[in-house]
Amino acid sequence: MSFSRRQFVKGGVTAFTFGFAAPQAICDIAFAQGAAARNLVVVYLSGGNDSLSTIIPYRDANYLSRRPTIAIPAANVLQIGSDSSRVELGLHPRLTGLKSIFDAGRLAVIQRTGYANQSRSHFTGFDIWGTASTTNTSGTGWLGRYLDLQPKPVDALVAWNTQRETPRPLMARTVGVPAITSPATYAFSSPNSGAEAGYERTAQTRISSHIPVDRPHLAFVNSTAQAALGTLDRVATVATYRPAITYPNNGFGQALTAVAGAMNKQIGTKVFWVQTGGFDTHATQGVNQGAYFNLMATLGDGLKAFYDDLSAQGLMGSTLVLVYSEFGRRISENGSAGTDHGAGANMMVLGGAVNGGIYGTAPNLSLDPANPTLENNAADVKFETDFRSVYAKILDSWLGTNSVTVLGGDYRAGAPSFL
Amino acid sequence: MLEHILRRMGFGASPADLALWAGVPIDTVIDRLLNYESASTDHDAKIGSPEYVGITTSAGNPFSANTLINDARQRWLFRMIHSQRPLEEKMAMFWHNHFATAYSKLAGAVGQERATRLMDNDPSSLEGSPAGQIQVLRQFATGSFPGMLLAMAKDPAMVYYLDSQLNTRTRPQENFGREVMELFSLGIGNYTEADVYAAARVFTGFNWQILGDRALATASYYTFLYRAADHDTNAKTFTFAIYPDGGKTIPARAAAAGEQDAVDLILALARHPATARRLATRLYQFFVNETSVPDAALVNAMANSYLGNNYNIKAVLRTLFQSQQFRNPANFFQRYSWPIEYVVRAIKETGWTGFTVNSVMTPLTNMGQQLYEPPDVNGWELGPGWISTSSMLSRMNFAVTLAANQRFNLARDAQPHRATPDRVLQYMLARFPNMGFTSTATNAMTDYLRSTAWTGTDAQLQTRVPGLTRLIVGSGEYQFN
Repeated sequence: MSFSRRQFVKGGVTAFTFGFAAPQAICDIAFAQGAAARNLVVVYLSGGNDSLSTIIPYRDANYLSRRPTIAIPAANVLQIGSDSSRVELGLHPRLTGLKSIFDAGRLAVIQRTGYANQSRSHFTGFDIWGTASTTNTSGTGWLGRYLDLQPKPVDALVAWNTQRETPRPLMARTVGVPAITSPATYAFSSPNSGAEAGYERTAQTRISSHIPVDRPHLAFVNSTAQAALGTLDRVATVATYRPAITYPNNGFGQALTAVAGAMNKQIGTKVFWVQTGGFDTHATQGVNQGAYFNLMATLGDGLKAFYDDLSAQGLMGSTLVLVYSEFGRRISENGSAGTDHGAGANMMVLGGAVNGGIYGTAPNLSLDPANPTLENNAADVKFETDFRSVYAKILDSWLGTNSVTVLGGDYRAGAPSFL
Repeated sequence: MLEHILRRMGFGASPADLALWAGVPIDTVIDRLLNYESASTDHDAKIGSPEYVGITTSAGNPFSANTLINDARQRWLFRMIHSQRPLEEKMAMFWHNHFATAYSKLAGAVGQERATRLMDNDPSSLEGSPAGQIQVLRQFATGSFPGMLLAMAKDPAMVYYLDSQLNTRTRPQENFGREVMELFSLGIGNYTEADVYAAARVFTGFNWQILGDRALATASYYTFLYRAADHDTNAKTFTFAIYPDGGKTIPARAAAAGEQDAVDLILALARHPATARRLATRLYQFFVNETSVPDAALVNAMANSYLGNNYNIKAVLRTLFQSQQFRNPANFFQRYSWPIEYVVRAIKETGWTGFTVNSVMTPLTNMGQQLYEPPDVNGWELGPGWISTSSMLSRMNFAVTLAANQRFNLARDAQPHRATPDRVLQYMLARFPNMGFTSTATNAMTDYLRSTAWTGTDAQLQTRVPGLTRLIVGSGEYQFN
């Protein structure tokens, strides 16, 4: 299952109406600046990643006893050393690609991120992470608010959503984010050919240019259609990208190929949204094979191909990848060799400018209800680092904006120093 | 008005549909569409007849809608286009989104044939086999909500989709227990984490089993199974009333009687005012208007109809369809067409001679709505959520597929109006009902028809009328329902 979606702001679609489809001159400026621009690629693991299986405190006796059938044996983990509280950690055995990036010093793992009274709902959780608010979860997203701060008019490809639907984090007041699931099929067909097809495209463009302020929903649809028509030609150039590295042949690998293609073709996109699903592992997670093993294969192999591809082109230094999920999972496995919805979890950041390493401390998995690293009667991991401080670090130190403005509060304190 | 009624209570109207209903009082139209129980169910018998939309079978196989998912999808599309009970299919879609279950997870576990039966089996197709999930939703479409909720709790497709078969007394598993409250009834904010844990224990022992000739994928099927040995017999206490006397605790009972726990909880969820409000709001947004804040008076009236009529959905719909708001022209075209609504309406209005519903499968997927494949248990993202640059291109390109296929019929129909581009345009705008284009758009269409000198010849009609069809059907204005 994937969990990408939430309801739009009720009755407020005007918020997403204008700002699509900038004049060509602006596109040219963005194009010229493309190579120098920094990119943020957000990778969302939908369904609630069991991050205790991603970054494993493999010596914790309670890890083994609370997960009798799904614990990864110490002998199998990919050791990455110890955190500041001397808990020894290892990556999931299938994350060999991420291990090499960690060893190169370009992968930061941030343990126990989250927020107080964490939601165990996929949908509310996703919206909280998306809006960066625990109280107003139906508003704009944190990335959308960053896009709103870009100088006007904003280029139509300032952000690129590889999913069909606009996720909460990308919802902006004035900027529409194009959904480009596949550059190759992002095309305008015709029942006719030659000049006749051109007449249709001209007419459809004129029809969609009508953006009536008194009919905000029609304005939203028409501006979306216009953005589609206005971005066709530049996206077509991305479809010609042929990476030198072989990406995994799955949706995640294809999305990352498109992202790398956009960078290679210097489209000028600043924010990319990529996701991969299947993390709602209520049952049969498996150990050395099976559901979770396959999830790690998809994640690790995709990111490794992306990292190698961009590194070889000298583009990784201007690329930052943030990996997160809407919640972690219950510490003790359930009766189905899976895990139910939990709370705190790990985030990961990788890129050519990242100070790699282990940030934050692992939970102590002891069942003592007074255990300060856990919550919900020691059932779930309690957060140590507010997820918004990670956002703040990225906004301030990578995207060069003011995180207090974007996040609506100062979350800089306690931010891990991965940049 | 008639077109509006047929769009909302069904999937739109073909010229033949409009002729059929012409002159019938609107109240009668609504009454017949709502009380469809006496209407014919012979739609499936028409599949394959040349006067109806076509289907395409996979190479060498006979059409088998109960065991091949692509054929099941074609059968459902055929019904949406041709059923004499359009509201039944419309409500089945509504409930499919509400009780969202994805075929792919089932197929991964039990294979295509059995998974297709789980989704939409016609029981008459195989002795002993139960109705598939969507067929159950059709049966309850305008009936008892608690009846439907219980049927879904025991629906083998749902059992597997939300892992109920793994939920046992020794290690309860919360997937179904959480979603039955968050998504199927109360809505978030009306229950606690402790309620989730208690609900999980209520449904312990719910399982499925395979019956029939197990050696043959096409001759076996899954049914619900209650495994008493897995049921948690202890009392379960909730934060909200389970019983009419206000009692919040489901008592401890013998394992053999444990299924009663689920009946008690489901009745409590069904009669909770939060469920009444949530269903009323969702139905209002589905049938009346989703672009502005719901009309509080009508939503209240619908919720009260629900609470006062034994939680019966038809009572809610009667209140809705008889309301002034439903017929208020201000509410026309104030819903975003779901991809399935867009596609079916476009086919009904454009025509289907020589068109097969198989050719809408990929476009529907690209628009974001594959039948039997909602993206997650929360269903599809409705309203503006359907619209993105990628999905708009898919909608525009589907209009092309249809217009190109119907090229000669469209051109022939426009022949009486060939004298001027304006007359052709007027005819086409009337043929494809929409919220109204401004002069910016209609000028663009006229200019398109005059891209080269207007001759009105057959050859020009065969080029420009399909071209105009794609412009109208692919326009923003046409995406609203």
